[in-house]
Amino acid sequence: MSMSDASMITRAPTHEASFGDYFALLKPRVMSLVVFTAMVGLFAAPMPVHPMVAFSSILFIAIGGGASGALNMWWDADIDAIMRRTRSRPIPSGKVTPEDAKAIGIALSGFSIVMLALASNLFAAGLLAFTIFFYVVIYTVWLKRWTPQNIVIGGAAGAFPPMIGWAVATGGISLESVLMFALIFVWTPPHFWALALFMRNDYDDAKVPMLTVTHGRRSTRNHILGYTLVLAAVAVGAGYTSLGGPAYVAVAVVLNIAFIKGAVDIWRRDETDSEADDFKVERRFFKLSLAYLFLHFGAILTDPLLAQLFGGTL
Amino acid sequence: MSFDRQHEIHTRRFGRNLGVAAVLLGLVAIVFGLTVVKVTHVEFEVPSAEASQ
Repeated sequence: MSMSDASMITRAPTHEASFGDYFALLKPRVMSLVVFTAMVGLFAAPMPVHPMVAFSSILFIAIGGGASGALNMWWDADIDAIMRRTRSRPIPSGKVTPEDAKAIGIALSGFSIVMLALASNLFAAGLLAFTIFFYVVIYTVWLKRWTPQNIVIGGAAGAFPPMIGWAVATGGISLESVLMFALIFVWTPPHFWALALFMRNDYDDAKVPMLTVTHGRRSTRNHILGYTLVLAAVAVGAGYTSLGGPAYVAVAVVLNIAFIKGAVDIWRRDETDSEADDFKVERRFFKLSLAYLFLHFGAILTDPLLAQLFGGTL
Repeated sequence: MSFDRQHEIHTRRFGRNLGVAAVLLGLVAIVFGLTVVKVTHVEFEVPSAEASQ
């Protein structure tokens, strides 16, 4: 059996898809991050938003994020079939056809943009449209298979949701929303490069030019440390704008010390050390990176919440 | 071609139809809710051409 026969079989639908298979196209785990960060952006903004408008807007932002996920799965079905981490996704596992994924992605993109414009404002809808375009065309189609900086630039797509949330409330952009964007943007490279270190040959097999493949694993460790230091400056710096307060600064200082320590630990190791303990430090850093983002965005909401509870005495 | 007994595919299709129904009902509820909020909001204005009719 030739390679093309094998790939045709892999991509042919083996059974009729269930509702859950279509839902899986929307990358629910990424969607939950989109919902959370967009919600923080919306509630951190100085303008009050009606709960119904807030709920609907976050839902439409999430649908837009899901739509771009479906279009990403459609375009990357060949890569997903090779990598262990993505092999069970709906298209490579033969549950949904690539054409269906494309149709769902395009339909939901249009739907989410129009509905967000109706629910909130044109600026927020425009930002959502740009985010979908950026993730699908700039990242997925253009950069992912072309440059080892794919993760750096692609990270911008994941960084837009809090800005969109902020735009829903204010109708524009401000320093605070740019800082929330920067927080996710600079966080993304160390997060994904740590994953690339312990997922080993996945990206190599799929011919995706990850930094680990093009510049080597030593260089990846250096890059993780570099970006982590920049991230600490952005995260702590944000505490001195209206985003921050005593609770945020305290959380940011503690988390960034832990994150820098993790990055230094990765930087000091070589492949022999990592293989000896099955990438324990890299795996721990990856897990910490998830908690890092969640806690930072949680902390952004903590100060206004405390101020409201204690009547603005903080 | 028809199946005499309830086939697994029927269960899956039923689940899918139920999912689509829930999504559509949710959409109707959201559009209705949003409309109520928008038209009862203080900034809501009927376009002048329609108001004069």
